[in-house]
Amino acid sequence: MAAGLTLNHFLVLSLILFLLGSYCVLSRRNAIGILLGIELILNAANINYIAFSFYGSGGMKYDGQVFAIFVIMLAAAEAVIGLAIILAIYQNLRTIDVSATETLSG
Amino acid sequence: MALLVIFYGLALITVASALITAFSRNIVHSAFALFGALAGVAGIYALLAADFLFIIQIFIYIGGILVVTIFAVMLTQGIAEVNVSNRAVGVLPALITVALAGAVMLYAIVRTSWYRAKPGPVAPTTYGIGNAFLGPYVLPFEIASIVLLAALIGAIVISRQEVRD
Repeated sequence: MAAGLTLNHFLVLSLILFLLGSYCVLSRRNAIGILLGIELILNAANINYIAFSFYGSGGMKYDGQVFAIFVIMLAAAEAVIGLAIILAIYQNLRTIDVSATETLSG
Repeated sequence: MALLVIFYGLALITVASALITAFSRNIVHSAFALFGALAGVAGIYALLAADFLFIIQIFIYIGGILVVTIFAVMLTQGIAEVNVSNRAVGVLPALITVALAGAVMLYAIVRTSWYRAKPGPVAPTTYGIGNAFLGPYVLPFEIASIVLLAALIGAIVISRQEVRD
């Protein structure tokens, strides 16, 4: 299966997703935008896990897929906590601009 | 050949949506474009014979995380940001950092000769994943449930309104 496809196809796609996600995290002011970038990065990592699992084990080992499921589970927990923190910040400061949340800086 | 066409179609959807997510000035557009990126990644999973992960991606990522994110976008304001760029890291330094990291990683990907197993038969993965979760991965599986419980309680504690008496 996947005759013309090689591992490099998936690695390069994952690399592009990771770079777009890092750019999003680095350059956004909106805290929710930063969370969206983190989701992109986690998806890029998951593509790598599953591509290596598929091409490295002959298709019948599941370690890579199990790790990908753990990543998805942690992404769900992270999104819930992150959004709860963002909503709490919004209730206090009426903004989600990360540049405005510097009341703790000395 | 058909697989290549499917792959490039999925990759096009994913990358185009991710581009909108990363570069759009409107956070609503970003959040909705993330739908296309996640769906494209789900298709990539199906292409790699990971059928269970394909369903998990649609259920949890698109049905759960993305919907919660869009809720949060709707609940806050300042949606169309005038100033996209961060104060600490501007657009240009971010682009330079990303380009440098990308060049290094692309060089590593192209230059490495990856180990390649003989492609085996493709079968449904649910049986094997279930056995892996209840066999070698049972301890991380249990810890994961504790993490989820802690996240649930933590989200309630953080986001509830303070009641003063």
